[in-house]
Amino acid sequence: MTSLPTPQPNQKKLGLVIDLDTCVGCQACVTSCKEWNTQGYSAPLNDSDSYGADPSGVWLNRVHGYEVKEEGRDDTRVVHFPRSCLHCETPACVTVCPTGASYKRAEDGIVLVNPDTCIGCKLCSWACPYGAREYDYSHGVMKKCTLCVDRIYNTNLEPEDRAPACVKACPTGARHFGDLGDPESDVSQLVKARDGFELLPEMNYKPVNKYLPPRKRRDAVTSAAIALPKGDGSAMDRLFSWADKFLSGKPAGTIASLQDMSDKLEG
Amino acid sequence: MTEPVINTSPRTWDEVKTTTCYMCACRCGIKVYLKDGTVKYIEGNRDHPVNKGVICGKGASGIKQHYSPARLSKPLMRVGERGSGEFREVEWEEALRTATLWLSEIRNKDPRKLAFFTGRDQSQGLTGWWATQFGTPNYAAHGGFCSVNMAAAGLYTFGGSFWEFGEPDWKHTKYFLLFGVAEDHASNPIKTGLGKLKARGAKFISINPVKTGYSAIADEWVGLKPGTDGLFVGALIHELLAAQKIDGEYLQRYTNAPWLVIENPGGDDDGLFLRETSGAAQVWDSHTNSPMSANSSDASPKLMGRFALPDGRKVVTSFTLIAERFLSNDYAPDTVAERCAISANTVRRIAAEIAEAAFEQQIELDVPWTDYTGRRHEKMIGRPVSMHAMRGISAHANGFQTCRILHILQIILGTIDVPGGFRYKPPFPKPIPPPIRPAGKLGQVRPNTPMPGPPLGFVVSPNDLLVDEDGKPLRIDKAYSWDAPLAAHGLMHMVINNAAKGDPYTIDLLFMYMANMSWNSAMNVPDTLKALTAKRDDGEYVIPRIIYSDAYDSEMVHYADLILPDTTYLERWDCISMLDRPISEADGPADSIRQPVVEPDRDVRAFQSVLLDLGARLGLPGMTRPDGTARYPGGYPDYIVNHERAPGLGPLAGFRGKDGKSKGRGAVNPDQLKAYIDNGCHWFYELPDHMKYYRHVNWDYLDWSTFMGFMGKPEPIIHQLYCEPLQKFRLAAQGHGKILPPEGHARRISTYFDPVPFWYPPFEGDMVSNTEFPMHAITQRPMAMYHSWGAQNAWLRQILGRNWLYMNKDRAVSLGIAEGDWVTVTSHHGQIKSQVKLMSGVNADTVWTWNAIGKRSGTWGLSADAPEAKKGFLLNHLISDLLPEREGGYRFSNSDPVTGQAAWYDLKVRVEKAVDQSAESQPQFPVLRKLRGRK
Repeated sequence: MTSLPTPQPNQKKLGLVIDLDTCVGCQACVTSCKEWNTQGYSAPLNDSDSYGADPSGVWLNRVHGYEVKEEGRDDTRVVHFPRSCLHCETPACVTVCPTGASYKRAEDGIVLVNPDTCIGCKLCSWACPYGAREYDYSHGVMKKCTLCVDRIYNTNLEPEDRAPACVKACPTGARHFGDLGDPESDVSQLVKARDGFELLPEMNYKPVNKYLPPRKRRDAVTSAAIALPKGDGSAMDRLFSWADKFLSGKPAGTIASLQDMSDKLEG
Repeated sequence: MTEPVINTSPRTWDEVKTTTCYMCACRCGIKVYLKDGTVKYIEGNRDHPVNKGVICGKGASGIKQHYSPARLSKPLMRVGERGSGEFREVEWEEALRTATLWLSEIRNKDPRKLAFFTGRDQSQGLTGWWATQFGTPNYAAHGGFCSVNMAAAGLYTFGGSFWEFGEPDWKHTKYFLLFGVAEDHASNPIKTGLGKLKARGAKFISINPVKTGYSAIADEWVGLKPGTDGLFVGALIHELLAAQKIDGEYLQRYTNAPWLVIENPGGDDDGLFLRETSGAAQVWDSHTNSPMSANSSDASPKLMGRFALPDGRKVVTSFTLIAERFLSNDYAPDTVAERCAISANTVRRIAAEIAEAAFEQQIELDVPWTDYTGRRHEKMIGRPVSMHAMRGISAHANGFQTCRILHILQIILGTIDVPGGFRYKPPFPKPIPPPIRPAGKLGQVRPNTPMPGPPLGFVVSPNDLLVDEDGKPLRIDKAYSWDAPLAAHGLMHMVINNAAKGDPYTIDLLFMYMANMSWNSAMNVPDTLKALTAKRDDGEYVIPRIIYSDAYDSEMVHYADLILPDTTYLERWDCISMLDRPISEADGPADSIRQPVVEPDRDVRAFQSVLLDLGARLGLPGMTRPDGTARYPGGYPDYIVNHERAPGLGPLAGFRGKDGKSKGRGAVNPDQLKAYIDNGCHWFYELPDHMKYYRHVNWDYLDWSTFMGFMGKPEPIIHQLYCEPLQKFRLAAQGHGKILPPEGHARRISTYFDPVPFWYPPFEGDMVSNTEFPMHAITQRPMAMYHSWGAQNAWLRQILGRNWLYMNKDRAVSLGIAEGDWVTVTSHHGQIKSQVKLMSGVNADTVWTWNAIGKRSGTWGLSADAPEAKKGFLLNHLISDLLPEREGGYRFSNSDPVTGQAAWYDLKVRVEKAVDQSAESQPQFPVLRKLRGRK
């Protein structure tokens, strides 16, 4: 069994906020994660039968699409749902670990696996209700999201680049990274403004990562039936009388001549 | 227990180089992390104007693209039969000598016998010029089966176009309609834009039969029937006109709405603009009650009305004709509702919402600007409604006219290039249409002589067609013939089957570049394979020689006689040029380069350098110095820097001039490539604020655009609601003029070349029985794949390694089909077997699948039993390249009649549970064998 660090006042809780309203399921975060982490802390993220009948591999982040029925509506919504470690505050995957290989960092709350002490018993993946861990059969160790711990503090990277690879990649801006322990942080404010939620709160593992729900749609179901006013008589006649309003609208007709623009463009 | 100490600052790279992605046509800037010369990590370039740091699922998998086992490694000469996979490796010198011999025989005799088609080429500035220099008109890239009808519709209407020629004003738009955009096109810019729109609370409507990808996050999904977009948009126009929710001043000033059209049925001037002897169009002046030049400062033109000329002829304003068309009952919401599968109330509501956004939420930017007449405007007025469209419009035989209807909607709302509307990307806008006519007329194709102009251009009347005295096509693909008069990008999808039939003639050599024309880019794959392998009585192939260049072991490689292996995108120089398909932003022009970030570890050469080498060996004038030596001995990078299309204008617009400080126009700068590399491999010039909108009529912008060489003279680009060039073709169909359509074409031209856009049913749906083939079948592009390149990618194929046929749940139940069933899909042309998945978010009369996932067994470096081949499938086998016979027995191509755009999505099918439930898709083709020397 592995113990959790004692939370400190103003404990830093690094995590992700994922916006289900704008995730289009493009897989940018998925492959960006793979390419960084296959040469990063969790390296390598092995693939097997890459060009064969049954290719598979280890991924720290996956996105699946689901068609779901929404309350109060007859139709469905297609939700793209990115799934990775939620860096829980009280993660069972850590406490079940017999060797201490699975641990939660005191400094920032990131949950990591130490590959040197992991014995590949898989207790952690059984304990995780979110299915966030993937076993690497080629090395016999467990792999999981590191929140790009080797990027976010990496002094070899420009400060703007010190963010998880998935967050940097996301084209729609659906992924946000920050300190969810700080109520004033951008991510905390975003969660507050958009009614962010956590997955399976009833399990009481207190996921740090939060999801933002899809915004309410504005369509035939939610919008009032409106139409443009038509007036009486023939539409053509009305259009004719409307058109006369623009009789003097024609501008003067001199056409601009070519100017030498070089002075404006050099330098 | 103490925590292990970990290194949070590893340096897993020793070098970072910038270049440009090539996973799709977005052409994002990337940073490639290298360690000991090996690619370790690819990320988006933060400073790049296109992607601003983001990257997509494909781009981030570029490592696996680059190190693919499907890469070709050495030139190959075929020794067995085509398709047998029997090749011998040859040295480059032998390959180039052979190619030169084959090409020079043709050039000495009849250059037309070379068909040079370049697929998903991003160097058309070079390849088109090479064809011109060689002297063949038979050149095009893949535009004909991509979106040429939309490109043409835009360029003949407002001097710009959707796709990469413009974009919504993501910053200001409040109401956005996205038509038929299937998950990519454009990839990252649309995703980023949608993220911004949703954060601002702008409304986003997706019009698409399928609710995935972008449609999944739309506020409103309009799941109409494929091919009915034009009716839907026509009904929106109907509603807006009926309520006069249109921008009268915009129409009056910036469009041809008040121009007078002659109504003289039977006359040779019927339907043409009333013009002064100077050629200027005329308007009806309300003060003098007579025609006056549209350019006259004294005119007070009527926007609507029919008037009698002193000589008895009648004239009518363009706008009156538009109003008559769309106010007719044909476009009333109640009329279109059932056909589109959208309720009339929804159409009316969306029209009202559009009107509210355009006119009640008007934007005013405090940016003074001057219009082309010299009138100063204190503000830039914006109508924040924008639209974007792609293959859901273009892949139908009614796509040109449908796209014109869309542009009419944009124009009557006054939303083109205004704040919040749809914005041009420089070098657009261009004159309507761009003043380039296609070369290749009789007498313009001569042995050993370049053509007098480029093979692709824009026709404005039958005089510009490439036809012989009998009206027969002069090009192998029948572009610019009566079959496809406005074929601005050619018809690559027709080349192989036309050549095999000798219709209009046979060719001696087919030379292609990165176009998978024996598989997912071909309509009617089985017959295409027959065409590639058909033999004459003397045992010679009907298409005697095929040269093909590709980086990978694609399906097409196996049918070539000589294979020229290309590099990967990380091993090459390229320029993303303003002369080709630029990467500009709406805020200003941009272009970029690729630089080799790694050296090839195989005996491969970049196709563009090979082409220049061949040009020099052939003695093509532009590629040879007077002493006979190569003009660009340094290959493509030499050309990129030193080639000038006109004095001071070259492939790259940035860092020109001796000091590298000139923009757009300037002397050759020998250090230009270094300057690009130092700037992250791109160049972007942000226009000053007063030149960012209204550019079609913006004095300062038009002057600047002319200086940059984007247009010949600074004249306003007046939007053409009424499209006069189309009427000139119609007049010919009625027997006017010297160049007349052959028998059997006249009715088709008369019908579809309507200068006032209209909706008509897609051809295949109209010609086959709806009872026999009740369902529409279309494809969508998965965001993590693009064309056929993705399937070889070890990571992407784990995400999507096969495709399914997606079907509406309720419809499937009524047909006795359950999730996971194998079904037969039958069209008038063929049958396939595929496996079904059910969903609710799809139009009930539509089935769909992911595009280009199905592979032929044995290709792309995959094992023969790969799921792409055994469970994946293509709809292509069901799509005929020709329409069913019409009167007279002639079979027109399965294309848009105006532009020749391939009508992929007109496909109609029936779906039945298969008797044979074995888990394998059909048809299966013979396994192709692994090529020699493949890495």
